Amino acid sequence: MADFLLEIGLDEVPARMIAGAEAELGQRVCDLLKRERLLGPKAKLTTYSTPRRLAVLVEDVLASQADSEEQLTGPSWKVAFKDGAPTKAAEAFAKKAGVAVEALEKITNAKGEYVGATVKRQGVAAPQVLAAELPKEVLSLYWAKNMYWRAGKPERFVRPVRWVVALLDAAVVPVEIAGITAGNKSRGHRILHGSDPVLLNSPESYVEALRKAYVMVDVAERRQTIRKALDAATRTVAGARWREDEPLIETVVHLTEWPSVVLGAFEPEYLALPEEVLVTVMRDHQKYFAVEGADGKVLPHFLAVLNTEVDAEGEEIIRHGNARVLRARFKDARFFWDFDQKVFLADRVESLKVVTFQKQLGSYHWKTEQNLVVVRQLAATVKAAGVAFDGASLLKAIELAKTDLTTELVKEFTELQGVIGGLYAKAQGLGETVAQAIYAQYTPASTEDAIPATVEGQLLGLADRIQTITAMFGIGSAPTGSKDPFALRRAANAIVKILAESGLPLTLVDVVAASGAEGANKEQVAAFLQERLSFYLKDVRGFAYDVVSAVLPADADDVRDAIARAEALTAARESADFAAISAAFKRIKNILRQAEEKGFDLGSPQDVTLAPEAQQLAAAADALAPQVAKLRQERAYGEALALIATLRPTVDAFFDKVMVLDPDAAVRGAHLGLIDQILRGFSGIADFSEIVTA
Amino acid sequence: MPLTTVSSSPEASPSKPAALTFQELLFRLQSFWAERGCVLQQPFDVEVGAGTMAPETFLRVQGPKPYKVGYAQPSRRPADGRYGENPNRLFRHTQFQLILKPPPVNVQELYLQSLEAIGIDLKKHDLKFEEDNWEGPTVGAWGVGWQVMMDGMEITQFTYFQQCGGLDLDPICAELTYGLERLCAFMQDVDSVYDVVWARDPETGAVVTYGDVRLTEELQYSVYNFESADVSKLWAHFNEYEAEAQALLAQANATLASKEASAAEKRRFPLISTYELALKCSNLFNVLDARGAISVTERVGMIGRIRNLSVGVAKVYAAQQTA
Repeated sequence: MADFLLEIGLDEVPARMIAGAEAELGQRVCDLLKRERLLGPKAKLTTYSTPRRLAVLVEDVLASQADSEEQLTGPSWKVAFKDGAPTKAAEAFAKKAGVAVEALEKITNAKGEYVGATVKRQGVAAPQVLAAELPKEVLSLYWAKNMYWRAGKPERFVRPVRWVVALLDAAVVPVEIAGITAGNKSRGHRILHGSDPVLLNSPESYVEALRKAYVMVDVAERRQTIRKALDAATRTVAGARWREDEPLIETVVHLTEWPSVVLGAFEPEYLALPEEVLVTVMRDHQKYFAVEGADGKVLPHFLAVLNTEVDAEGEEIIRHGNARVLRARFKDARFFWDFDQKVFLADRVESLKVVTFQKQLGSYHWKTEQNLVVVRQLAATVKAAGVAFDGASLLKAIELAKTDLTTELVKEFTELQGVIGGLYAKAQGLGETVAQAIYAQYTPASTEDAIPATVEGQLLGLADRIQTITAMFGIGSAPTGSKDPFALRRAANAIVKILAESGLPLTLVDVVAASGAEGANKEQVAAFLQERLSFYLKDVRGFAYDVVSAVLPADADDVRDAIARAEALTAARESADFAAISAAFKRIKNILRQAEEKGFDLGSPQDVTLAPEAQQLAAAADALAPQVAKLRQERAYGEALALIATLRPTVDAFFDKVMVLDPDAAVRGAHLGLIDQILRGFSGIADFSEIVTA
Repeated sequence: MPLTTVSSSPEASPSKPAALTFQELLFRLQSFWAERGCVLQQPFDVEVGAGTMAPETFLRVQGPKPYKVGYAQPSRRPADGRYGENPNRLFRHTQFQLILKPPPVNVQELYLQSLEAIGIDLKKHDLKFEEDNWEGPTVGAWGVGWQVMMDGMEITQFTYFQQCGGLDLDPICAELTYGLERLCAFMQDVDSVYDVVWARDPETGAVVTYGDVRLTEELQYSVYNFESADVSKLWAHFNEYEAEAQALLAQANATLASKEASAAEKRRFPLISTYELALKCSNLFNVLDARGAISVTERVGMIGRIRNLSVGVAKVYAAQQTA
């Protein structure tokens, strides 16, 4: 029993890639040890990472593989031994198996008598196995972007490998990775520790030895340290708290080996800039946390996460330096804001002609005109259904939606497109409705994001996205596999989410129709949206796979209706009666398929005298069908499903007593007609046969 | 408050030493890298947008021959000009460009030592290597690397070059680009690059600032790039330079492919001049762009035309090296 430590030392790895690589390395080492029968009964695996290293510690690794025995089967006995003497065939087999000819045995199996050999394999010691197997596991790690560094380009990896530690207890495992021979020397923090090696005497000393060298290798510990340091630094500002930002925390966790936090301030005059700009500069450009008051408003402070620990003088220098950079950025932003006000959004429409939307399609001016056509149709549908909104503001918002692309502020902060347009619209007195619609045009940006709050904003978002999708599909730029360069899946997800969460009386068909898509293009786009609806139900709403597969065949057009049916079905499937009905529907489908394959015709139950169970089923179905249809109409899906479940005893009795595929063609036809009628009559809410029953 | 501890003038008190002047900063960087075996070159004398485009980088990174070089390269970005009114943006800034081919295994440590050499006490600053991959479409080059952040400011671009002139590099090289103006403004703790002390008279302590030296230039260059440059002439120049470069490349390819041509004949082909013509095109493109004369659709095509020239040059260079 031993402990095993592997540490790969690297030039700074991009923060966004570290967590995935750490987990993958752990998995690969674990799989390797398992495959090679080296994982002890109490094995425990822990992974670590910093920007400069990935590490895996495995407790309870076996010192060596167990010895094993394997029986090999060779040629037939008759071929191998002639008159008791071994032939060439026997000798060849013995050689191949690595045993003496005298050691060959006779094996008798079902096919006859054969020559056999028992091969004993001595277990290989763990260091040899690891030395042979580790390099390819490490070098197979997935990286979003790789590089070469050694002459002759023998391998690609995220950054150059600088050192490797591989220890089995106190002994170095003789492994070589990317030209680096493993040792027992790690490295500490670049500045706080310097270039002296960090000697590791044993795997279990890893965390503490590195801590002494100012490296916190445990990611969770760094996260905790940063959160606490943010709290502590913020406490010095009365009534303040730092603005929670999970993704930013993860970024700074993976940018630091020894984190600390410094609180800085900026001139309150910059608070006149919109909060969106302030926060974007701090978060996206400087990786600072914003500080807010009890009212949620941004305060003139920032929090920078450092990768060092400094004395008071150093802290003052660092605070000053960071504040200086931030001030320059705010100054730029204010300059751009003032500069942009010189040309109103309304006067920027024409200049969209030189901003390319897509080379084959046209400019943003073209895009704006297309969006206007689409939104007019959507607006007409919604208006006809009695939804109130400000049509003039909607059109104004669409017309100006893309004009912020010509502003300096958006050129500087591209991530704020839309938002800047909205803020400018407001500042230029275009009215709250126009401003809000422009502001929220790119939301929801993700499936977690909220949809636009206003009807105008929702319609703008729908029109813009469906126009993009249809146009892109039209020039053959539909997403394929992992390739989706125009983020069309995200656009379609947003359409589904807006339809699901807004009160808009629009279906996917309405949206596709408004885009003006025709023919094959229309079918492709419709299928794409349905596929996104399926994704939304499963991955965003968390419905079970089979529930979604059952609900969508009944209707995949009305998003909110699909959700309601999925909810009802999820609740109903718990009952035993319903599970039985699902099983029965599956059976019905199978029988009907068989019947079709055999060319059996469907008949009518009225044509012949049926068994009592069949008659009862026909009667029950006749009685239930109109009630279920009425409930479906009223969208009372729970009640409808409960009603369908009451068919269970009748259905069970039918399948118990009646042979559906009766030799008599007329009777068989009547049975088939009956179950077909049931299948059709009760599948309007969901295709129950898709439900997986225990 | 000055952030550095290197004393450069006799007047500086020990408690509040003066930061390096602009020219001292360059001296220190040059000596540091010269002491580590680098060739020191002078700035390349044709307009370029970045130190990468000077032949000491663009050509020398090709092929197997090791090379270490450092030079300060004035880099022109016509669209970034601000008439001298913006404290941080310049039409022409100075890059200290360093090429280490192949990169030594301790290249990052050497880089950190260079910061100490210019008077930055690393124990009193926050330093991070943050992912930033570089791509230069007009020179068919890309690499992976970092922006080196000190106290929240980018002070160096650090790139492991992977490809240049459309050709895979083997060995690769490390490219370190120090932005001298912003680095110096940071060290001298001034908010405007124009307030950077360029030189200080050791006798009198009198200073010459960056603004004294360069402000008028910045203004005049901006006027030319944004207002005066004659668009139709710029186009004509572009087309002429391109045509000449193309003609030379055609000749080069014919000579290099010819079985009759001797090695000496191949080597004397004026590739460097061909490359300069490509650089002229690149600069003209930038001026046209600043002038607002290039539509978005034209832009991609123009970049492609310049890339064709530089890729053509890189190929000829490679063939010439093995001739």
